[in-house]
Amino acid sequence: MFKVGVIGDKDSVLAFKALGVDVFTVWEEEEARKTVDTMARSNYGVIFITEQIANLIPDTVDRYDKEIIPAVILIPSNQGTLNIGMDRINENVEKAVGSNIL
Amino acid sequence: MAVLNVNPTRMELTRLKARLKTATRGHKLLKDKQDELMRRFIELIKQNKKLRTQVEQDLKDAFDEFLLASAVMSPEILQEAVAFPKETISVDIKKRNVMSVHVPVMNFIRKLEGDEGSIYPYGFSQTSGELDDAISKLYAIMPELLQLAEVEKACQLMADEIEKTRRRVNALEYRTIPELEETIRFIRMKLDENERSTITRIMKVKDIINKEA
Repeated sequence: MFKVGVIGDKDSVLAFKALGVDVFTVWEEEEARKTVDTMARSNYGVIFITEQIANLIPDTVDRYDKEIIPAVILIPSNQGTLNIGMDRINENVEKAVGSNIL
Repeated sequence: MAVLNVNPTRMELTRLKARLKTATRGHKLLKDKQDELMRRFIELIKQNKKLRTQVEQDLKDAFDEFLLASAVMSPEILQEAVAFPKETISVDIKKRNVMSVHVPVMNFIRKLEGDEGSIYPYGFSQTSGELDDAISKLYAIMPELLQLAEVEKACQLMADEIEKTRRRVNALEYRTIPELEETIRFIRMKLDENERSTITRIMKVKDIINKEA
């Protein structure tokens, strides 16, 4: 059994707390990196992370791409989307097909 | 294409022929794997894209609602309201094998599954209606969000595997197989040439012996 967690700034992710998802509020890079790594080690299966935070720590997010568990998924924050999530999908298409066919 | 650095012997020829056979078979299998992976990947990535667009839009709506809620309520009360959730969501992850790529299959487990009561972990006297709206919206998005997690992870893993397979197929198709074919031809030529030169030599020797006799 795996847990579900959310990382982001307080205003964006506080709402998730009511749903019984574990919420971690972070503000800066170092903290975010440590939180993601700690979560990955402590039995989290899905980690939702706001794009604003993910933008600070692209290496850490990429590191978990090749692992089955955990799935690190980007979500927009309350300031709107930075389109990183979409870009990552397009990157995947390009990687697999060779050019963006969608 | 370069000829491999081998001795042109009959034994080497047999060995290379066997290698060529294996390489050709491996190439065919890998090519099939690549095609099937690609087919599934394209299906999945389309779904992924659709899901993400929808989830992002829905999340934006929910966040807007929550922003309103946090505007009309004091931060302390808001935090207190959501501090002890009733619901707990956990996930059961199994692995599924798609063309030797292990993709996760996620099953979400809600503690309140089948529970008729409300999901709101607070009393209604202190909180505003906007918070209820925000939470119910977010709660409705949750299944999609979790499905997105599953699909997106599968896409990531498959993209990696497709890239790897494509490299292998290309290496076999454009490097290993032509090299082997060329080397086999080279050895055959060399052996034939040796045979011809032996015959000529023997004939020559015979001539010399005949002349002396």
